[in-house]
Amino acid sequence: MSKPKLALYWAASCGGCEITVLDIEEKILDVAEFFDIVFWPCAMDFKYEDVQAMGEKEIDITLFNGAIRTSENEQMAKLLREKSKILIAFGSCAHEGCIPGLANFFDRKGIFEYAYKQSPTVEEETRGTYPQPHTRVPEGEIEIPEFYDTVKTLDQVVEVDYIIPGCPPQSFQVWGVLQAVMDILKTGKPLPPKGAVLGAGDKTCCDECPRERKEKKIKEFVRPHQIIPKEDECLLDQGILCMGPATRSGCGALCVKANIPCRGCYGAPPNVRDQGAKMISALSSVVDASNPEEARKILETIADPLGTFYRFSLAHSTFRRAQIPNGKAQEKVVAQQEAEAIH
Amino acid sequence: MEAKSVREKEQPKTKETFEPKIVAFMCNWCAYSGADLAGVSRLQSSPNIRIIRTMCSGRVDPAMIMRAFELGADGVLVAGCHFGDCHYIEGNYKTMRRIELLKMVLARLGIDERRLRLEWISASEAEKYARVSFEFTEQIRELGPLELRMN
Ligand code: SF4
Ligand code: SF4
Repeated sequence: MSKPKLALYWAASCGGCEITVLDIEEKILDVAEFFDIVFWPCAMDFKYEDVQAMGEKEIDITLFNGAIRTSENEQMAKLLREKSKILIAFGSCAHEGCIPGLANFFDRKGIFEYAYKQSPTVEEETRGTYPQPHTRVPEGEIEIPEFYDTVKTLDQVVEVDYIIPGCPPQSFQVWGVLQAVMDILKTGKPLPPKGAVLGAGDKTCCDECPRERKEKKIKEFVRPHQIIPKEDECLLDQGILCMGPATRSGCGALCVKANIPCRGCYGAPPNVRDQGAKMISALSSVVDASNPEEARKILETIADPLGTFYRFSLAHSTFRRAQIPNGKAQEKVVAQQEAEAIH
Repeated sequence: MEAKSVREKEQPKTKETFEPKIVAFMCNWCAYSGADLAGVSRLQSSPNIRIIRTMCSGRVDPAMIMRAFELGADGVLVAGCHFGDCHYIEGNYKTMRRIELLKMVLARLGIDERRLRLEWISASEAEKYARVSFEFTEQIRELGPLELRMN
């Protein structure tokens, strides 16, 4: 019998998800033994044409990491969808946009404007030269992928079968999923229900956190560098904005165990559609204010609330992006964010 | 099944044809009763308001408000009991803090925070309900239709 086929691909991502696969260490050899790895640009020399030449649903499983930033990302997502029986959104970028998705506070115009004109690191001779989808050179025309206004998640462009959350997914979880998949393929056991979140828990990060929680009454939020947090007390109780209550369990409370707050990389907990909304709800219960003015004063001590609540999930949130009119109002958003960063 | 936004079915709105769609979450014990009293007393109130009754204003999750905007609301009103009157003791304090934070988030997302309004309306304040309903409708009319951009 021929081996089941496995593909891995990266779209708009940092590469961390690729590393996490290798972080399963020598067990990668078991994976290579069990599967026929047919596509993995990061590690092996396959080309686009190799995938194109495959039959429909010829690949058994594709682990797709990265968000959809360009037309090329979308094209690859569609191609791999067509060629795969099971397509898994692997990691936070594919799942909910992650850090690349934060670009949705701007749009193409604003991003280009900064990256190719305003940024101090742009060379003077090329200042204000923007990438064009088509460029004429003596040898002919060069085409590069289109840069979208809005970063999308994998499930916003193709149908996704399963999700493995995390930035990156923890390697012990990746190995757990791979083992389960190999077992299913060997024994013919039923697959998990479509849309299931694999390699994570079904509670919140707080459930895995060893820190002691008390009744919270927050008068002021502080940033991690402003205090030396006590090691055994809940960080949120100490006024440090910890995303634990609005984040799915699964990582083993990695960050909080290292004395830094959870940033929310495992995404929204089960049955939550919008991670930021969940965090708003959680914080409203702990802020110690009995009138709107007092509440505002305390809440304004949160540095960059939007970027904090939606650090990983903006592209998958209710509104998906900042509601700025096309190309306009960049200055306002930038000014506000810069002011908050200084604060 | 995913509910479809009414925006997708609608004709583009112009200033003249725009009728604000307002969703109001009102608590069972005070605000809803106040609105009910307005009806029973035959007081005029704004027909632009669609009321959803909740047990407590504290039940109104920010996700519900966002969802209302997503599905086509131009404004959202949340109304509950006055401080001290909450049937569940302090649900409305929670609501107050929640709405403050949600407004901050909406504003940073580029959605005018005046599209979200919080009011305390007791079961006997039919007139207040009627007044707020018109005031808010006019406010939203002035702000114009909420056009969400997803791409
Ligand atoms: S809020 Fe953060 S520190 Fe507190 S219990 Fe939850 S995960 Fe732990
Ligand atoms: S503690 Fe939070 S941010 Fe850190 S790995 Fe876990 S889910 Fe991600």
